[in-house]
Amino acid sequence: MALLEVHQISHWFGGLQALRDVSLQADQEILGLIGPNGAGKTTLFNIISGFLTPSKGEVIYQGKPIQKIPPYNIVRLGIARTFQIVKPFTTLTVEENILAGLGMPYYPQMRGLISIYRTPENLKIVSDLIEFCSLQNYREALANRLPIGIQRRLEIARALATKPKLLLLDEPAAGLVAQEAMELADLINKLFEKGIQIILIEHNMRFAMNLCHRIVVLAQGEIIAQGTPIEIQANDKVINAYLGQE
Amino acid sequence: MSAGYALTILTFIAIYISLALSLNILTGFAGQVSLGHAAFLGIGAYTSAIMATRYGYSFAVDFLSAIIITGIVGIFLGLPSLRVRHDFLVLATMGINFVVISVFKYVDFFGGAMGLVNIPAPTLFGLSFRGGLPYFILTSFYALVTLAICWYISKTWSGLAFHTIRNDEDAAASVGVSSARYKIYAFGISAAIAGGAGSLYAHFLGSVFPDTFAFVESIAILSMVIFGGVGTLRGPIIGAIILRLAPELLRFIQDYRFTLYGGLLVLMMLFQPMGLLGDGSWLWQRLSLLSRSTKNNITEGG
Repeated sequence: MALLEVHQISHWFGGLQALRDVSLQADQEILGLIGPNGAGKTTLFNIISGFLTPSKGEVIYQGKPIQKIPPYNIVRLGIARTFQIVKPFTTLTVEENILAGLGMPYYPQMRGLISIYRTPENLKIVSDLIEFCSLQNYREALANRLPIGIQRRLEIARALATKPKLLLLDEPAAGLVAQEAMELADLINKLFEKGIQIILIEHNMRFAMNLCHRIVVLAQGEIIAQGTPIEIQANDKVINAYLGQE
Repeated sequence: MSAGYALTILTFIAIYISLALSLNILTGFAGQVSLGHAAFLGIGAYTSAIMATRYGYSFAVDFLSAIIITGIVGIFLGLPSLRVRHDFLVLATMGINFVVISVFKYVDFFGGAMGLVNIPAPTLFGLSFRGGLPYFILTSFYALVTLAICWYISKTWSGLAFHTIRNDEDAAASVGVSSARYKIYAFGISAAIAGGAGSLYAHFLGSVFPDTFAFVESIAILSMVIFGGVGTLRGPIIGAIILRLAPELLRFIQDYRFTLYGGLLVLMMLFQPMGLLGDGSWLWQRLSLLSRSTKNNITEGG
């Protein structure tokens, strides 16, 4: 059984169908989700991470349906995410942003109300994450003062602080220069080696093709192809979807 | 200025420090702007007044009841915040304020427009806190306890959770914070503290009238928080001190108290949205630089 199975998901926004019978599996791989704008990629992410309840279909995670669980509990199951438009906690420092992720187990409990968060053990974990995500130079900086590439790495560090088994990255390379994108790819590979399953949405084709083990292509709410990067690059349907030929 | 008069002003300042700090938990920490905080002050004051005058409960009992009952009411009145965000929540809290005042005014149980009078001076452990210095000490102690609670909250996971929902509710959810839960916490804690302040208010004046807790009073409390620096601990304290003191020191302002509050609110929003001493405000940056350079001088000198 795969870690994540999406079964026949359909979703409507009013009269607009954003997803149509989408099914996919993800296990032990870096899975890329690509497709033209408006294909429904982020909608699918929002459904998996609990921000949207699908109109139809099921999301099975570790053998259990999770499509009705709210996002703040989804993260407790081990599914963490980043956002397409970065959402770091702007009035907090890098260190505090990561601590906020580390607080995940405490928030729903009474001990969250009474226990102090800035403890030596927690700061040690934060230091490790800061080093892992190469944020050493920014530890005390307020998140809104950081360049976009650093903010994206911060979102990954914050997500990692919740100790995910599955990490959903929504266009992690958007707005990055080539050098930053390469460093990010290294980081994502390191995460995969640590045993974290990764699904990422990407518009940067070179980035996705080099990094992903398998790619799923969405167009107009439907899966039109899946396979290895090499297969996808040669797929006529995919080329048509992107270039608009018929 | 007589000593008695000065103590009256100081007592009010202490009560308003608690109020401003309690609103700051809701508006500053959790980011839920409320224009109805005077309603919580009123609910606390009326709870105490009714328990003391009608049923003869001791101060300790009616004070604690004011805290608990206002806290519970706060949780219920916080429920709109789960459905509406930002500007709509501001309007909803405003509406709540008017509803609460109407209930005080038109329901006979609450004494109507004539209010409730003859609220006895409080006694605690056999000590009477009648007016003057003892009452100032009592209210100051309450302000200190409020400050301690706020400081402690800001160090706990819940303080961090408040910060996350104030920043972005989606990002908060992504790290496991239920914004609904934490908004309700913020309303409950904020209201409970305001209720305690209301109890002290009622016992200090000896009488309560509906209009004391009207919408303009909510504006006054919010002005203190905004003027001083929303989200910090020093801000609401400084705001409460300056905005309570100014009308007393500058007598000609007295009649224009709300002109001052309203005007300051507009000016602060335009030029210093972080307030007088908020993080990143003009004055606070200057002060931080100053203290840093003094520190450096001392180290260099030593």
